[in-house]
Amino acid sequence: MSAATADRLGGRSIVFGDNVNTDVIIPGRYLVSIDPVELGTHAFEPLGPEVQEKLKASPVVVAGRNFGCGSAREQAATCLIGVGVKAVVARSYSRVFFRNAINTGLVAVECAAAVDAIHEGDDVWVDYEAGMVTAVGRSFPFAPFPPVLREILEAGGLIEHLMQKFAKEKG
Amino acid sequence: MAKTFAVKALERASGETGLVPGQIVDAYPALYMSHTATWRCIKTWERMGEPELFDKDRIAMVMDHISPAQTAKIAGDHRLSREFRDKMGIKNFFDVNAGIAHVVLMEHGLVKPGDLIIGTDSHSTIYGALGALGTGVGFSEITAAWVTGKLWMRVPESMKVLVKGPLPEGVYPKDVMLKLIGDITADGATYYSVEFHGSWVESLSTSERMTLCNLAMEAGAKNAFVPPDAETMRYLAEHGVDLDLVEPLVSDQDAVFERTVEVDGTSLEPQIAVPPNVDNVVPISEVAGTKVDQVFIGSCANAKYDDLAIAARYLKGNTIAPGVRLVVTPASADIMAKAAADGIVTTLIEAGALITNPGCGACAGSGGAMADGEVTLSTANRNFRGRMGSYESSIYLSSPAVAAASAVAGVITDPVMRD
Repeated sequence: MSAATADRLGGRSIVFGDNVNTDVIIPGRYLVSIDPVELGTHAFEPLGPEVQEKLKASPVVVAGRNFGCGSAREQAATCLIGVGVKAVVARSYSRVFFRNAINTGLVAVECAAAVDAIHEGDDVWVDYEAGMVTAVGRSFPFAPFPPVLREILEAGGLIEHLMQKFAKEKG
Repeated sequence: MAKTFAVKALERASGETGLVPGQIVDAYPALYMSHTATWRCIKTWERMGEPELFDKDRIAMVMDHISPAQTAKIAGDHRLSREFRDKMGIKNFFDVNAGIAHVVLMEHGLVKPGDLIIGTDSHSTIYGALGALGTGVGFSEITAAWVTGKLWMRVPESMKVLVKGPLPEGVYPKDVMLKLIGDITADGATYYSVEFHGSWVESLSTSERMTLCNLAMEAGAKNAFVPPDAETMRYLAEHGVDLDLVEPLVSDQDAVFERTVEVDGTSLEPQIAVPPNVDNVVPISEVAGTKVDQVFIGSCANAKYDDLAIAARYLKGNTIAPGVRLVVTPASADIMAKAAADGIVTTLIEAGALITNPGCGACAGSGGAMADGEVTLSTANRNFRGRMGSYESSIYLSSPAVAAASAVAGVITDPVMRD
């Protein structure tokens, strides 16, 4: 299951501040599951049902600095995929959240100028092939992913990438 | 060109030369640790069609986050892990009785200077206490490493942290780290290889260095590092490592550090991280007197032997305040056995502590949960909202000395009277 099925992803946005941590994104008590949809029902639970409802209708998560700080739990990325998030646009990420996002096929881009301009509810589009965020009638470039990361994203995640590679080697 | 430790370690792990920060390389870790996430790795491996393992002896598994099992589901996850161990002949397997993965691996001689080590835990930065490059990854990456032996890594820039000592009485490495995290904030070291230097750092035991390297993660570090020295060799020899096989790496004298940060520990008060973020740090005098319902002495940050000994020193002959729960979770079985043999466990129990089995315990939400409105003072490394029970409860972070003194007083308390 991957969000990265197209180069251009997006829709309505939900906006968060700085230092959103993994215990808020997916509390540790739910890590007994690896089902993205089940995990998605608990995404952002500590922030209450209103935020969770809004998240369900928001394919793009916009955040400030250090999004996903804290735990190495990969489910912090998969729960977002499970709830229907297609892309995250943030000022910066914790390094392990960024890895987990790419490795689970969740598009996560750093684009401070876009974060500055976007208000909650705005439509936001991310073209990771071109390295461009489009929102509020403007375009915001970001540094495109290195080839190795793009290959993983295009495959839908690290494991899918390896499985495709193995299949090709066999075939 | 002069090289940092991180550049040298990734050159060793990748077989490449001339690496510079920012480059992405394929690196081959010496060890891939999975904790309670092990079953998720196994399920992922099964989904891949059970491909051949690259090197099963580089796999280490530790059942630490939820131990013993609390539900039939978790018991099944543990069983799956044991069955995998038996089927594949995994020798580095530590069951629910062992303790916290990081400490257990170091105690069993599986962490060596200069090694690249990845783990399904953000606090894998702790391996830098023995001069290794440790970093946290997700379970898919561990599974991929089982099969391919490698992962992509960005060569990090380096940050130097210089700590000036000695510390005043009642002030410990935990306080230095909270001060540092408060100063540089929760993303102040993001993507950096953080090196600790200075004569005070050199004077620390390996256990104290673990506290430094563990908490560096809370400032965003990719890895943390204390240059290996005679103390490192002593620890390694004591834990069964053949020193002839050890080839430490250190930064060159003139290596480039993109950032240098100094912490003056000489006049430091005990530090407290106030909920709900680890970088929300104040001197203890600002929050002294805050009522606590529970005190937790545990976690890979501060539940090692010396931490328990410090707590016992402040608890000996005292009783914890009425209405306060003191939960003590030793980091490992070896630490617990030593603390029992030395009378530390008895001292803690006589003071009113509840001693649990070794492991992550309440820090990972396994026991020690709080009700709405309750407050825990914890020696762990995270105070995020809802991490220990109710989303409407609060976690403060401190050293074991402050934790022990506060358990006795029932409010956040400096163990030492200061002017």
